Amino acid sequence: MPKVKSGLTGVHFMNGDVACAEGAIAAGCRFFAGYPITPATEIAEHLSQRMPEFGGIYVQMEDEIASLAAVIGASYSGLKAMTATSGPGFSLMQENIGLAVMTEAPCVIVDVMRGGPSTGQPTLPGQQDVMQAKWGSHGDYGIIALTPSSVQEMFDLTVEAFNLSEAYRVPTLLMGDEIVGHMWEKVVIPSADKIKTVNRKKPNVPPEKYMPFKPDDDLVPPMACFGEGYHFHATGLTHNEHGYPRTSSSEVQSKLVNRLCDKIQKNADKIVRVEEVMLEDADVVVVAYGIVARAALSAIKKAREKGIKAGLLRLITLWPFPEERVAKVAKSAKTIVVAEMNCGQMVREVERAAKETPVVFLSKLGEEPHTPLEILEAIRRKR
Amino acid sequence: MVQETVPVVVHPFSKYLRADMMPHIWCQGCGNGILLNCFVHALDELQTDLNKLVVVSGIGCIGRTAGYMNADSFHTTHGRALAFSTGVKLANPELEVVVISGDGDLFAIGGNHFIHAARRNIGIKVLCANNLNYGMTGGQQGPTTPLESVTTTSPYGNIEHPFNLVHLAAASGATYVARWTSLHVRQLTQSIKKMLQKEGFCFVEMLSPCPEIYGRYNKMRSGLEMMSWFKRASVVENFSDPSKAEITQEKIAVGEFVDIEKLSYEKMVHEKISKINEKAIEGVS
Repeated sequence: MPKVKSGLTGVHFMNGDVACAEGAIAAGCRFFAGYPITPATEIAEHLSQRMPEFGGIYVQMEDEIASLAAVIGASYSGLKAMTATSGPGFSLMQENIGLAVMTEAPCVIVDVMRGGPSTGQPTLPGQQDVMQAKWGSHGDYGIIALTPSSVQEMFDLTVEAFNLSEAYRVPTLLMGDEIVGHMWEKVVIPSADKIKTVNRKKPNVPPEKYMPFKPDDDLVPPMACFGEGYHFHATGLTHNEHGYPRTSSSEVQSKLVNRLCDKIQKNADKIVRVEEVMLEDADVVVVAYGIVARAALSAIKKAREKGIKAGLLRLITLWPFPEERVAKVAKSAKTIVVAEMNCGQMVREVERAAKETPVVFLSKLGEEPHTPLEILEAIRRKR
Repeated sequence: MVQETVPVVVHPFSKYLRADMMPHIWCQGCGNGILLNCFVHALDELQTDLNKLVVVSGIGCIGRTAGYMNADSFHTTHGRALAFSTGVKLANPELEVVVISGDGDLFAIGGNHFIHAARRNIGIKVLCANNLNYGMTGGQQGPTTPLESVTTTSPYGNIEHPFNLVHLAAASGATYVARWTSLHVRQLTQSIKKMLQKEGFCFVEMLSPCPEIYGRYNKMRSGLEMMSWFKRASVVENFSDPSKAEITQEKIAVGEFVDIEKLSYEKMVHEKISKINEKAIEGVS
């Protein structure tokens, strides 16, 4: 048994990928499987060095499909497990995201987003994978995706991603981008006893009574792991509460798939996090996330200096989409400005939630995210 | 009148199987049940601890095996059983991880995972039911389909050269490689026993008759006809050159091909981790 080594604490200057790796260790992650890819490679590099110090496992797999498969295997063997990638690898992982969803395997997948489609712009930021995060694997399912705006949040939200993943038995996605991944900033890491960690629920019934996919009231089933004597079966096929395949039953299919969606949607109020800045009296509300939210914050402050009542709704949770929060903001705002580094993805969700309130979309692709001035101009046009 | 109650006889192997998953999905004349039988015999002879056994399958007819075993079991996505099992075995090396899957699953869609799992020499034991085609989807040509065989996607005869699985496994680094047909139940059971006791990546191939699908198109419509082919063509050539063990109509080389000792990947990983972990703790104190 590995001895317990305490994690990093105190004030540090590091890049976002390293902060994410340290966050994983702090969250109790003891298994990483990955495949090198810009701009997420530093997470793998750092964990290849750090994991063994904590008695954890680093393995470089033959591709991203294998990486996530190994992560799911390790999760079922009882470890908190993670992989990290970028767009092209995220595409390859979609198949096994579906498997993790269907078999309710807690795991964390980091996507340090770069410009796409295809090989795209490996060294530049993008926010083009945010819809793929929700809809990338076939079938209907609920998923959790968080999006960090700073190096500090690369640490904090990695811990949170593990906690949510363990609590809801769902793959949880950390949707970073090349800038938050590569940027160096101050990170404050609390002592281990100040970092909240969550572990999956274990069954409290004897093996012969254990039903691996029978949920509790929170819609999440307790999880036995391999080697614990429960002799359970898990499959990517549609299955009943015993875990047995039921490929011809519409009743079992409907019950299972609805639960997989509902366990996230019906717990959305507990999962969703946003940051609200100067929204009380805001006429123009900027909705942004990730690195773009940093420029948006600067822009609304500049707008206020010019006497424009502007506010920021920063999405920290992308999925489940903070629908109620957006709807509430939209009721009092005259205009919503959505700034994203893509051709229009989360803006459609915002429009849907905003109903009658006009939504303006500010797209930007390529080297730099929106500048504060660009967002300010959009605010001024809509005041 | 003396009334006697007929005693309920429990099959000695019933503890190995999930009775509530029966009946199985396999066709009449299929060899998959023979493979499962040999596997269970091997477990029984070795008195394997079922609490430490994990059976993993991919997709396909034989892929349902995991669900039939009364142990921890997992039915993965198509081709990913070995990648999944790599995580299982690394995370808990105490577990006996057995992958039971088919030729299409392990060598077409999962081919990359196979060669890399063998290269790493991770202690996963692989049992492959090779039925020479994709049975579950109705008999398409696959990576092991012999030249000129007729399948639903090679209606004019297969023109792709098939993999020689024992050669591939040996070249990729497996520590134990054997091939038998469903006719060789005793030898197959012995090989399964042997691989379960070995360290590192092991591979046992069983040629499985598929009369309902493969045989239908290739003039072997019954299980008996397919078994007759196995009987006629099989030649035991233990430790012969795996590169020459191609499967043809005329000859099926069977036997053990590789049996070597090599430190397993999971041992190397965990030995290294212990050392680094120890050092890291000392560094702190």
